[in-house]
Amino acid sequence: MGKHIVAALAEIPPGSQKLVHVRGRAIAVFNVNGELFGISDTCPHQGGSLATGATVGLTTSEEPGKFCHSRPGEFVRCPWHSWEFDLRTGQSWCDPRKFRTRPYDLSVEPGEALVAGPYVAETFGISVEDQYIVVEL
Amino acid sequence: MSISNAIDCDIHPGVPTIKVLLPYMSDYWRESFTARGQDNFQPASYLPNAPIACRPDWRDGDAIPGSNFDLLQKHALDGFGSRLAICNVLYGGSFSISETMGAAICSAVNDWVKAEWLARDPRLRASIVVPTQNPQLAVEEIERLADDRRFVQILMPVALDMMLGKQHYWPIFEAAVRHSLPIGLHAGSLYRYAPTTNGWPSHYLQDYVSNNHAFESQLLSLIAQGVFVKFPDLRIVLIESGVTWLPGFLWRARKTWRAVRPEVPWVDESPIDIVRRHVRLTAQPIDAPSDPAVLERVLNQIGSDDMLLFASDYPHWQFDGESVLPDGVPARLIEKMVNDNPLATYPRLRETIQ
Repeated sequence: MGKHIVAALAEIPPGSQKLVHVRGRAIAVFNVNGELFGISDTCPHQGGSLATGATVGLTTSEEPGKFCHSRPGEFVRCPWHSWEFDLRTGQSWCDPRKFRTRPYDLSVEPGEALVAGPYVAETFGISVEDQYIVVEL
Repeated sequence: MSISNAIDCDIHPGVPTIKVLLPYMSDYWRESFTARGQDNFQPASYLPNAPIACRPDWRDGDAIPGSNFDLLQKHALDGFGSRLAICNVLYGGSFSISETMGAAICSAVNDWVKAEWLARDPRLRASIVVPTQNPQLAVEEIERLADDRRFVQILMPVALDMMLGKQHYWPIFEAAVRHSLPIGLHAGSLYRYAPTTNGWPSHYLQDYVSNNHAFESQLLSLIAQGVFVKFPDLRIVLIESGVTWLPGFLWRARKTWRAVRPEVPWVDESPIDIVRRHVRLTAQPIDAPSDPAVLERVLNQIGSDDMLLFASDYPHWQFDGESVLPDGVPARLIEKMVNDNPLATYPRLRETIQ
């Protein structure tokens, strides 16, 4: 286990998403209104890149003809077959037990703390003034 | 495999002439039909002399197939050794352009079935035919007859004035559930809308084969409009729909639902699960491939042994020779088709069977 810096927070502002690679793993990182989510980028269905999917809210219904919209931005739809995945759990909405993508815990750390280690910055330097997204693997 | 003592879920007593219905009509309609001289409201699904319209050894000269009670008793009930059979009368009330005339014919057919068929053989049960042209009149007809427990189903053509899932038809579903009556959707239409989205076909071949489009689109309409969410106890029986189209349809419906399900969020489970729970099919015709192994594979792809119901489709001749079921239907499935599945589908049949 180790903590890995995956991106500067400024690179993924609220409402955006980015594909990052950590120790050979492709992780799709999403910033939903300031809350960060990371899931394995590969769709468990047929392998589409979830980092390029559109984020949407959860649409449910109490009865035919009625729409209930909640959790704005907390789901991503695979760009290939539009399956919805819950960014909090990695589970697909339609078949949550069979189709799930791995969720990753992300945290935000100040550059000042990261410079001291034991963090691994694989691809870029660290500025003590900035904030960074860190994943523990 | 023997199918004796089966429950036959689809036989067709034929209305020989409108004259037999006149005693069951109001003075107004009796006079109207007599004055107009209108007759022969047979659906146009089968040409009268086509082999499919009647098995050759069941024919009775030029008489409307299925219209002779003694022959139906001999051929369908005694012939197959059925312990129960459900009469589905296909006649003009279901597709008359005038909704009041349609209601008059339906009501006369139902009373005629009661008096001339159900009363004469305890093995017979029947479907209530209803004028779907006007759902309110259809509900009135259901209410009028629902207390007679020998009526076990509501019968409608599968292709109607509009998509079946629309709220226009919900009063019929509500009445069906209230009275423990499944809705039977029979192959056929109102004969005034093109059976394809590309207009009228040129040939009978196209008309016959395109029937399963109607079944697929009406079934999907029921699912997508949330009918089974609104009426969780509703059961739909597809009659003479064929069977082998179902696995491909289910696969396609689930695949597309997974992609676009926020459009219909009330559909909160796979269409496959919904169909397996709510929908049954009479297994006549089975439109079987010639290789029994292929048929068995297709039937297994449906993924449930609960869905098929035995039916002879008397007097129609959908099967080879006397083989009312083709080779390739697994024995375990036949056992369920002839007894357990009909009893599970039709609550009113259970009342009379111990």
